Amino acid sequence: MNRPKKIRPWWGILPVAIFLALWEGAARLNLMPGQLFLPPFSVVMQEFYYLIASGVLVDNFLSSLVRVVIGFCAGSIVGLIIGTFMGWKEILNKTFNPIISLVYPIPALGWLPLLMLWIGVNEMLPITIIFICSFFPVLYNTITGIREVNKELINTARTLGASERHILIRVVLPLALPNIFTGLQLEAGMAWRVVIAAEMVAIPTGIGALMMRAESLIRVDIIIVCLIVLSLMCLLFERSFAYLGQRFTSKWK
Amino acid sequence: MPSVELRNINNYICRDITLTAQHGELLALMGPTGAGKTTLLNVIAGLVPYEGMVLFDGVPVDKLSPRKRRVGYLFQNFCLFPHMNVYENVAFGLQVQGLKKADIELRVRELLRLFRIEHLSERYPNKGLSGGEKQRVALARAVAPWPKVLLLDEPFNSLDLRTAKYLRMELRKLQSSLKITTLYVTHNQREASEMGDRIAVIHEGSLEQTGTHSELFFGPKNQNVSNLLGSPNIFTCKRSFPLTSGLAKVELKGVSLVVPYDGRPIEKVAISPWSIYISQKKPPGPQINRLRGPILEIDYHSPVVKVRVGCGDESMVVEAQEELWDETGLQEGDEAFLILPPRWIKVKCNEIQGAILCQKNTNLQRL
Repeated sequence: MNRPKKIRPWWGILPVAIFLALWEGAARLNLMPGQLFLPPFSVVMQEFYYLIASGVLVDNFLSSLVRVVIGFCAGSIVGLIIGTFMGWKEILNKTFNPIISLVYPIPALGWLPLLMLWIGVNEMLPITIIFICSFFPVLYNTITGIREVNKELINTARTLGASERHILIRVVLPLALPNIFTGLQLEAGMAWRVVIAAEMVAIPTGIGALMMRAESLIRVDIIIVCLIVLSLMCLLFERSFAYLGQRFTSKWK
Repeated sequence: MPSVELRNINNYICRDITLTAQHGELLALMGPTGAGKTTLLNVIAGLVPYEGMVLFDGVPVDKLSPRKRRVGYLFQNFCLFPHMNVYENVAFGLQVQGLKKADIELRVRELLRLFRIEHLSERYPNKGLSGGEKQRVALARAVAPWPKVLLLDEPFNSLDLRTAKYLRMELRKLQSSLKITTLYVTHNQREASEMGDRIAVIHEGSLEQTGTHSELFFGPKNQNVSNLLGSPNIFTCKRSFPLTSGLAKVELKGVSLVVPYDGRPIEKVAISPWSIYISQKKPPGPQINRLRGPILEIDYHSPVVKVRVGCGDESMVVEAQEELWDETGLQEGDEAFLILPPRWIKVKCNEIQGAILCQKNTNLQRL
């Protein structure tokens, strides 16, 4: 009898290791057009260490992190609150849905020129962009999550004597959590992508700005270091929310 | 004073329904799919708009919201809160009323014991609860906040036949012990007759007839009621002779049958077409309730076939599954053999004669 083969966790690491070895080899053997455009992986790691030790990377990283955390938290909380009301009260949904449907498709970075004129080039600019970027998906996922709760469950709670507040807090919101966490998970990574873009265009500090400075100095190694940091942060944020979502719902889902 | 009273209920489905249920009674609402049975339950619970009056113990509740009507509602698919464990589900109705934690604990534990689900208190509905267990949890949750009336909407639909039958018996027992007025929706006449003290037949939003199963079975008001009860074959009894162990032999026109007997004079007997076996060969075993006769008429109503067979001076309609019928190869004019299981034969007793007989017996005992 054929048994299904076990997939071991380290199998995923193997392609990464091969890729890094090929990269190192190709750069060392000058198979690519010199170290100018593709430094070996070991050189990138050296630069990574240097940037951390000198504090340059940490300062820029913290600037970006603060913006992401503030913008993302504010956008998510406001999205969650408005989404809850819109999902729960049909009249609010019908009233505000048209305007939100019109504004939602605009990419977050599309607001950048307008916001530069309205609020100027300061700390509020990337925070506002991240706010916009986080607000809409969380809003939509919350509305969907709430509206998808089985109406018979709501009626059951009603006949058991629950008030509207009780139904919302004890039945509807917990059941909408999987959808809400999907929104949070998607946007946690997206917030990093947007902040980098905003910093590259308009803000002099942060990982995005560091990348732009590295580009002007033709420092491919620093650019790659920033990309690695960006990749790790997107992954960490997305996985954290996936974990939290799982944690909150795995007991019953 | 009736426990639940509906007066001239009208809405998008219900048409002028007036109905009462007495204290502790289990009233089965029977009708085909889409007849308005569930809508009527929703009217009582206050979940849908309506015109007319709903009274609990003589007090109108039309202005009360569903949360204040104090009804226990068991929806078709149980509707257990998936994010709460069994204990939390049962406790929900008590918690939202702001009862003390100790009182809640006491009541919930009592119900978990009564419904024999104590060992499941930590489990979540979607994590290892069987259909029967879910049903018990839902019922415990519905009765937890001491409702005035219990509304059950086809609660056994999603279960297999054996579990459903067992749970029906259990529910009947619990309902009797709790003495809670219950309205039970079903489209199955067998279920309605097993469960209901009385049956209310609803068809296309209107109340067609209310009565005990026997009253409806032997005296359907119209064709709709008769159809819902499976258009039973009804025969007038000429004579009856008591046999042993609760059975009597009755003589119809040219046919004699063994039927259930409780000591009262038998006036009529009835049997549903679906409960009669039909065969092309003579069935083995004792020749009790075995009849033979020519096939007079065959009527195809896919997926069933209705066959009229002449027996003595009577004729009776037999209902067979189309596939099984085709296997018999019987045609009009052929001779068919019938088996009428005594337990499916319903008997209508003559209440007046029965009362006189009882009186005579009592007098004899006194002498």
